[in-house]
Amino acid sequence: MDVNFNKILTIIISMVFVNNFILSKFLGLCPFIGVSRRTKPALSMGAAVIFVMTGSSIITWLLYRYILVPFHVEYLRTVSFILVIATFVQFVEMFTLKNFPALYETLGIYLPLITTNCAVLGVAVLNINDFFMEGYSVLASFSYSVIQAFFAGVGFTLALFLMSAIRERLDLAEIPECFKGVPIAFIVASLMSLAFMGFTGFRF
Amino acid sequence: MKRTLFQEFSKGLSVSNPVFGLVLGLCPALAVSTSVSNAIGMSAAVIFVLTCSNIIISSIKRLIPKEIRLPCFIVVIATFVTIVELVLHAYFPNLRTSLGIFVPLIVVNCIILGRAEAFACRNTVMRSMFDGLGMGVGFSFSLIIISVIREVLGTGEILGIPVLAKAEPALFFVLAPGALFTLGVLIAISNHFRYKRGQTVKLKGGCH
Repeated sequence: MDVNFNKILTIIISMVFVNNFILSKFLGLCPFIGVSRRTKPALSMGAAVIFVMTGSSIITWLLYRYILVPFHVEYLRTVSFILVIATFVQFVEMFTLKNFPALYETLGIYLPLITTNCAVLGVAVLNINDFFMEGYSVLASFSYSVIQAFFAGVGFTLALFLMSAIRERLDLAEIPECFKGVPIAFIVASLMSLAFMGFTGFRF
Repeated sequence: MKRTLFQEFSKGLSVSNPVFGLVLGLCPALAVSTSVSNAIGMSAAVIFVLTCSNIIISSIKRLIPKEIRLPCFIVVIATFVTIVELVLHAYFPNLRTSLGIFVPLIVVNCIILGRAEAFACRNTVMRSMFDGLGMGVGFSFSLIIISVIREVLGTGEILGIPVLAKAEPALFFVLAPGALFTLGVLIAISNHFRYKRGQTVKLKGGCH
């Protein structure tokens, strides 16, 4: 099966809205609760996540296709992926610190947090599960994986941004003492997730 | 004051319960709590990985250079996760399908890396083992509470046995929003008791 633009559109809609990583798959909840107090950091975090997810998906796809599969060591997937992702994040951090100090100021502090973000490893594993079946050509499998990773990051950023905008206003609301902070954030997330469920059944 | 081994074990259940107290390991806690049987499977996997990785990390803590300790921890954890994956693949294929990608994602579960970093790399093997067991049991405890609430309210059954025969189950609780709602309310309840006892521990969400 070659690259199919309908399929690409489906992947995009699915990753951003229908199967939003945070609100329907529960991947990356820790930064979602931790970094969603203000809009600006939320956007920077989102940008860093999009970049790392796309980059690490490219690397893990190549690793799986050209090293793990030829040597029949697919069971090393988890170990090798997490190591590669951790190394990649570390490398990006050092690279931006050295060459783009201004960018590092805005994004860099979020980079170490991303290594243990389950969304990054999650999308790498999902790519392998979804697009490594018989019938996908190498080009299709690779491009779907990259697109899936990029738009999963976009969906993550969208949810994070909406959440931070709501939480900025929540600061002024009168909330029972025991609901302040994390619990109310979960209730808000639950309502958002309910709204995003409206996208289910949205097909091409 | 040195804690006894039993206290190392029991702190995971009460004061620093990973899910309700420290707000760690949320993704698997929400994603696999749709049914009690999934929750039990996930709990067993997490207890195994947490205890084993704590034992190994605390026994090799002197050999690991400080600068690269996190990658070393991750490799140890990933090894045990791979063992769990292979065992599930061989003996529990159904459980493996329903847990899905959350089995490989145990690697990035913040509880495990968090205990390695905060406890196992500076305590004895024995203590680390009990700490791992306690934290694992604490995690399972919260996971099972969430899954019981969700399964009973969402499907009217526990482990396939109907318990709410006369009531119409609310599908909401099995779906994603129900999970977030349940966890929010449970953390609020746990906060309520905390404040009542006069503990003003400020909760900080997230892994770090």
